[in-house]
Amino acid sequence: MSIFYPVQLLADWLTYQVFSISPDTLLASAVNFFIFDTVKIFLLLIVIIYLVSIIRSYLPPEKVRHILSDKHKFVSNILSALLGIVTPFCSCSAVPLFLGFVEAGVPLGATFSFLVASPMINEVALILLFGMFGWKIATIYIVSGLLIAIFSGLIIGKLPVEHLLTDLVRKNQQKNSIPLPKMNAKQRHKYALDYTWDIVKKVWLYVIIGIGLGAWIHGFVPADFLAQYAGADKWYAVPLAVIIGIPLYSNAAGVIPLVSALTEKGVAIGTTLAFMMAVTALSLPEFMILKKVMKTKLIIIFASVVGLGIIFTGYLFNVLIK
Amino acid sequence: MLIKILGSGCPNCVRLEASVKKAVEALDLKEAIIEKITDMGLIMNYGIMSTPALVVDEQVLSYGRVPDVAEIKEILVNANQ
Repeated sequence: MSIFYPVQLLADWLTYQVFSISPDTLLASAVNFFIFDTVKIFLLLIVIIYLVSIIRSYLPPEKVRHILSDKHKFVSNILSALLGIVTPFCSCSAVPLFLGFVEAGVPLGATFSFLVASPMINEVALILLFGMFGWKIATIYIVSGLLIAIFSGLIIGKLPVEHLLTDLVRKNQQKNSIPLPKMNAKQRHKYALDYTWDIVKKVWLYVIIGIGLGAWIHGFVPADFLAQYAGADKWYAVPLAVIIGIPLYSNAAGVIPLVSALTEKGVAIGTTLAFMMAVTALSLPEFMILKKVMKTKLIIIFASVVGLGIIFTGYLFNVLIK
Repeated sequence: MLIKILGSGCPNCVRLEASVKKAVEALDLKEAIIEKITDMGLIMNYGIMSTPALVVDEQVLSYGRVPDVAEIKEILVNANQ
């Protein structure tokens, strides 16, 4: 029995008893789907974001850059990608993070690994992937996301790009380290509550719209309807999905429920994965902000390396999962 | 007492500033000067990347979160001793 069984009971009760929609109709199926998924996703969001925030309060970027600063290159790429999962990231913090990492002596390649993993593998995207697609797809997403982050960083680290950084970036300037305060248990709890509330406030509407549209598609669009346009045999589907994903940043919360319904109607799974990765990892506002620390050419190199990695992943899973 | 609020103008930085002002008023700290630091280079000199941060007399006393007024009062009273 699934731990969400009580949620299913609630959805059944609301659909058939309270709204008295007769079972076996398309409307009943859509309404039931909507209630079940919305309640499930919000429960997951509240519990998981709270837990991740508690972990996160022990691993602020200030500590992460210290961990990464004295590591061997290859190891630092792997660690950066892993630490990127739990470290908070928004495009507004990309510049201080970049400056702070390079300043502390974190290798440039590892800094890029972090810059890819941190937004791509975040708890909101993972909760929605797990909730809408199940743990298998969520795991595939995490593992391929980590590999893309690690290899993008390794590739950029090998390229001669130092001259493409702006003057704002000061290398290896070890600061006389001012002692930073630690949080106590009560402060961590408040930090986690605030953070959870902030995120839920930011995404709730997108989640509801995404699940709502998804429920509508689930109920009313014929199965395999989209296979003719975006099935695994359509070579252009993956790059197109990546390009569409770039301007959709920060709406991952609404996009994932929507694409889960599209997958059901015949969009190939690799194409779906590539689309979701593009939504989270390639963000137009982040690129604009990064201009403060690197020249446009380096931003284009960065976006191309990550974009090609995502496209490769998309094709790979279109071939592997039929 | 020199109170600095570090942050590039994010909503949380505005919230922290408002809370600090309330705390200073409540404690009636007449000698307190509140200064806002928005320059990224200056912020990084304090060894932090997560904003907003609260700095009193050049000591970083909180960063990457917004303490409530009660906690800020506690922080300021402790710093004053």
